[in-house]
Amino acid sequence: MDIKVLGTGCANCKNTIALIDQVARAKGVSIELSKVEELRDIMGYGVMSTPGVVINGKVVHAGGVPSREKIEQWLTAS
Amino acid sequence: MTSPISRWHARQPIAFLIFAAVVWFALYQTLDPAAEAVVAALPVDRSSHLGGALQFFLYDTPKVLMLLTGVVFVMGMINSYFTPERTRAMLAGRTEGVANVMAASLGIVTPFCSCSAVPLFIGFVQAGVPLGVTFSFLISAPMVNEVALTLLFGMFGWKVALLYMGLGLSVAIVAGWVIGRLKMEAYLEDWVRDMPRMAAQFEDTGMTLADRIQCGFASVREIVGKVWPYILVGIAVGAGIHSYVPEDYMASFMGREAWWSVPLAVIIGVPMYTNAAGVIPIVQALLAKGAALGTVLAFMMSVIALSLPEMIILRKVLKLRLIVTFVTIVATGILLVGYVFNAVL
Repeated sequence: MDIKVLGTGCANCKNTIALIDQVARAKGVSIELSKVEELRDIMGYGVMSTPGVVINGKVVHAGGVPSREKIEQWLTAS
Repeated sequence: MTSPISRWHARQPIAFLIFAAVVWFALYQTLDPAAEAVVAALPVDRSSHLGGALQFFLYDTPKVLMLLTGVVFVMGMINSYFTPERTRAMLAGRTEGVANVMAASLGIVTPFCSCSAVPLFIGFVQAGVPLGVTFSFLISAPMVNEVALTLLFGMFGWKVALLYMGLGLSVAIVAGWVIGRLKMEAYLEDWVRDMPRMAAQFEDTGMTLADRIQCGFASVREIVGKVWPYILVGIAVGAGIHSYVPEDYMASFMGREAWWSVPLAVIIGVPMYTNAAGVIPIVQALLAKGAALGTVLAFMMSVIALSLPEMIILRKVLKLRLIVTFVTIVATGILLVGYVFNAVL
């Protein structure tokens, strides 16, 4: 599954990436994790508050580091 | 979280909130006698400088931390009603004037991380929120926030907190309105102006009360977990100065007689970059040494509302002339606040 983290590079964005990576490893789910830092592209997703998370092209979260439980749900659902 | 307490708040959220409020108030009432008892148990004279400083520190630290935890928890729950998307939908398509007041007020309750400032800015403009109204929001959101207000209330009393809130909102409203009058839409970067307009929509997330309590816990973890060291330092500085340094030490060059102290405070404050909690130790030190309140509040506002790193990020979406206008107007507003304060009090 393809996961993108939207954010201009602040601490919260980095924490989000690290947390998703950690959960994916713990669950043994293989994911394609990348970050989107260009403002124009972030706005293209219609996200206003960063960090945002996009899974397979769909915005699933915006505005803050997602909780571990939430990430586990995303990774289980697909 | 699977502790019994977290399951209880999910099952009976209202009972949990009432119980938590009662426990909070009971604890809060015992802080003063508890601090006195601890100092009495120590081998220091209560009427000595050291005794006074210790009592101040032992009472103020838990008091401010408890206040902050309580307020941040409640605000975390309130924040969950005011997502940025919802705020944008409330402001989109409104004309300036009343909308500036709304935007500045919504800035207090809308959760906002400083790194979101620019995406928020574009998102607002894109949905048809007028430029001046967007600025009102952008100025008020970081400056007038619950952490700043709670700390001011806990350390300097409700009058200072209320004044800070009223003046902060006024600066945001007036500065945004002036920027709107100047019709500076042409000084947005071209790619921002060319972005397709979109409707301001928001999905109601359908949160339950238990979910909102969860949000409250999350913001306590995030905010109180981050700012408590600053508060400890601030109160320690306060306790030290409280008892040892003569009151009028700073008065000669930061008192209200020195007219140039307000502009100086703003000029020093702008390049500094820290959050509300980080600036509190400095505020505490200046005030305790006899600096005038207006000067100190002007300093605090300029540190929080205007910062160099923020300008650099804003440069990606605003042309230089609009940034300069923005800084000039806000700095002038803060300057006026400082002078009015010093003259009135």
